[in-house]
Amino acid sequence: MSSPAPPKSPELSDKSKKYDRQIRLWGDHGQAFLEAATICLVNVTAVGCEAAKGLILPGIGGFTVADGSTVKEEDLGNNYLGKSKALACKQLLQELNTDVNGDYVDESVDYILANRPNFFDSFDLVIASNLNEQSLLQLANRLWESNVPLVYCRSLGMLGSIRLQLKEHCIVEAHPDNRQFDLRLEQPFHALREHLEATEVTSKMPWLVVLYKFIKIWQKEQEDGRLAPSNYKEKTNLREAIRAEMKKDEENYEEAMKAVNTSFGAGLVPSSLKAIFEDDACEQLHKKSDIFWIMAKALKHFVVEENKGYLPLPGVLPDMTASTDSYITLQHIYRQQALHDADQVYHKCQHYLKQLSLPADSIDERTVRLLCREAAGMFVLRGTRIADEYEKNCRLLPLVEENELQGTLTVYNFALRAYERFLSECGSIPGECAVEQDIGRLKSITSKMLNDLGLHATISDDVLHEICRYGGAELHAVSAFIGGCAAQEVIKIITKQYKPIDNTFIYNAISTESVTLKL
Amino acid sequence: MSVASPPNPSLALQSKRWNGLRHVLEREGLFCKDDFTPSPDNLEFLQTKCKVLIIGAGGLGCELLKDLALMGFGDLHVIDMDIIELSNLNRQFLFRRTDIGASKAECAARFINNRVPTCKVTPHFCKIQDFDESFYQKFHIIVCGLDSIVARRWINGMLLSMLRYEEDNSIDVASIIPMIDGGTEGFKGNARVILPGFTACIECTLDLFPPQVNYPLCTIANTPRLPEHCVEYVKLIQWDKESPFGAPLDGDDPQHIAWIYERAQERANQFNISGITYRLVQGVIKHIIPAVASTNAVIAAACAMEVFKLATSCYDSMANYFNFNDLDGIYSYTYEAEKSDSCLACSNAPQLLTIEDPNTTTLEDVIKELCELPRFQLKSPALTTVMADGKQRTLYLASVKSIEEATRKNLTQSLGELGLQDGQQLTITDVTSPTAITIQLKYQANEIEMS
Repeated sequence: MSSPAPPKSPELSDKSKKYDRQIRLWGDHGQAFLEAATICLVNVTAVGCEAAKGLILPGIGGFTVADGSTVKEEDLGNNYLGKSKALACKQLLQELNTDVNGDYVDESVDYILANRPNFFDSFDLVIASNLNEQSLLQLANRLWESNVPLVYCRSLGMLGSIRLQLKEHCIVEAHPDNRQFDLRLEQPFHALREHLEATEVTSKMPWLVVLYKFIKIWQKEQEDGRLAPSNYKEKTNLREAIRAEMKKDEENYEEAMKAVNTSFGAGLVPSSLKAIFEDDACEQLHKKSDIFWIMAKALKHFVVEENKGYLPLPGVLPDMTASTDSYITLQHIYRQQALHDADQVYHKCQHYLKQLSLPADSIDERTVRLLCREAAGMFVLRGTRIADEYEKNCRLLPLVEENELQGTLTVYNFALRAYERFLSECGSIPGECAVEQDIGRLKSITSKMLNDLGLHATISDDVLHEICRYGGAELHAVSAFIGGCAAQEVIKIITKQYKPIDNTFIYNAISTESVTLKL
Repeated sequence: MSVASPPNPSLALQSKRWNGLRHVLEREGLFCKDDFTPSPDNLEFLQTKCKVLIIGAGGLGCELLKDLALMGFGDLHVIDMDIIELSNLNRQFLFRRTDIGASKAECAARFINNRVPTCKVTPHFCKIQDFDESFYQKFHIIVCGLDSIVARRWINGMLLSMLRYEEDNSIDVASIIPMIDGGTEGFKGNARVILPGFTACIECTLDLFPPQVNYPLCTIANTPRLPEHCVEYVKLIQWDKESPFGAPLDGDDPQHIAWIYERAQERANQFNISGITYRLVQGVIKHIIPAVASTNAVIAAACAMEVFKLATSCYDSMANYFNFNDLDGIYSYTYEAEKSDSCLACSNAPQLLTIEDPNTTTLEDVIKELCELPRFQLKSPALTTVMADGKQRTLYLASVKSIEEATRKNLTQSLGELGLQDGQQLTITDVTSPTAITIQLKYQANEIEMS
């Protein structure tokens, strides 16, 4: 047999092949965001390099390393002894992926903040580690003012943490782990109702057709006009009603019974979306509004004014045992309705753009379709300033109950902060040389810190002893863990997909536990 | 190429690069394990004596090699039978474009050996099944970064088979080689510590692996609805029928994938199905699992930390199963997976297989059960037994063509026809285990008369 003609098919590009395994997660559009982003890495540490590695491998647009020190023997990579740490680090990171633009600045963060603070404004995000308290607060405040997200990583001995500081973050694609299909069976849209009414229930029909028949009967029996069973008993009864009419081995009846649990109740506005609709940013659009808010307002208009409180139809059907024709027909009806709904929202978006005198191509149809499909999962995260944590404030108080910090991992957050205050106040690393002496100093720093914060609690001596025992040690396995987590949080922020932490993650490698605190 | 000077242990131990590690290993700590003795010997043990085997030099393996080398380990071995592909480069960071086509194990070892002068990595470009007990015995700890469940089960079985017992039937603790196992899929992952014979093993928790997606053949052939159904049709039916390249399907051959893409597109058009893309076709054909650098880094780091804890006794090992997921924030959960009393691999319980009626149950039914029952999940079991007359008899064996042909007729015979008795033991070998397993047939009591 002669070999076939050369393929007409679109084989993937080289880049697309290289990034294939991750594009399957965040899509080509997520990858495009990543490749357009530039980050700054403040201070060369193992945890910082690991975070940067986790962004350079998947192909971030560019990175700049900022560090004012030179390579010493205790740093790995002896070939670089005496050279600028920023340069050495940039070269090693660059090796990981030649598609990425690497750069470096051999200046300390303090120097940059004092002499050219607008240096940071051009980055999409800054990753920092190993700062003393003073430098951390100065950097964090500057970035808050410039609206540049900051990911601050700590890795000390067996402990690690990540603090994410950003003002506002809008997510359309949250990728929920268990997505509920939105089928509108209890309240079918016109085209679906017509189709279902005209369809005879046979064994070749998808379960959706079966379930419609039974939910209609159920609805008629309700005196209070409810549309779908809401409790366990009602659902069981509905299932039994289906079972009673099932002839032997009808897969679609079986599937309809299974679907009773998950098929109803979708399509309404969840609380997180309601909060978006009521947000000032949604109510009051202006020329500088993010397109997210323009689309959110158009979505709200559609839901409230045009669709009786229901979300636009996502138009996604699960697979159902059925003949090809019956399934594809049904799928077509859902998809057409989804296109129709998204079209309405798109036109409203265009209307708002015109009102604001913004270019019509600021929002395209594809983006609106995606937003409509994902509407139920839309989410806005509003962050807090790191500096707030260093002042008396009510957010910290719930962490303390009966003079105890709640949960062991909360303790480590404050212990790591005390470590940083020690660096600022003493100019040395606790436990680097003299453990016993430093424990005393760390103890007094800690109690003063908690007192200043209005927290009437203490941190046990055992914990402070453990901090001093490390003597500033950065263990690679902890840094790789925290760096990996931090990289993923950065990817979430840049691709605007998946929900990032809100806002502090703490990891204890001794007990292999982690927790997220909102500080 | 710069070659690292030969490791000089005493010099290496004094290197300032270990300052941090030495604080942790040479100072008293209140959270340390009870039997931990702070001493310079701990680092010396890691650098000169402790031998760790890493299975897999892929996404997890690359990270593990780097993590362990930088945590002070000086003698690492790595096994991997694969070669480097372009799609590995988004996370397998020890490889470069110019390495495509080379052995993963050899390339990874060379990289670490060049970069970390205090660590010597020995590569093995082969399958884990190429080695026997005498090889695995050399290691203090074994870490797995595998994507294959069969390989995990095999090494698990190997480590269990290497346990020795004292006179009172208790396990000789010196014969235990701890196994740390990591796994990732997209933004999810897990890490676990297995002390063979003592804590839950891979087979104890076989049901934790996600089931493989299989589409019913009748759907694929008669009522396709999804693009995946069309791809499976071309793969399972059209490929063999048309034999376009006169060769078996190779998921790594772009021409093969392109051919399937085009045929699947034709079939999809015929049924009005949309959504066939090149990426989807490739994903279905190669069973591709999404993977990203960050999850691999996290899970490998968790594994490396457990290796470090076990090797130095500095902290208690985690007990024993760590789950990680960063789809929504970052979530982790550590719990103690329990040893199963009826585990196929690590319990001494006889494995009973209940047969309802030996006169209607065929050998093929038994094999199907062994493949499908959650506690067995075998792949291609070969069955032998000792008959009442004391003769060894091979009931079925698929891997050798002549024996398969000679025993194929047994498949359709009932157990009764084959002369197998209630309580008879079958010896089973399978790719999932390096050693044979024994199951005992248990016929349902005859009182229950079927009407």
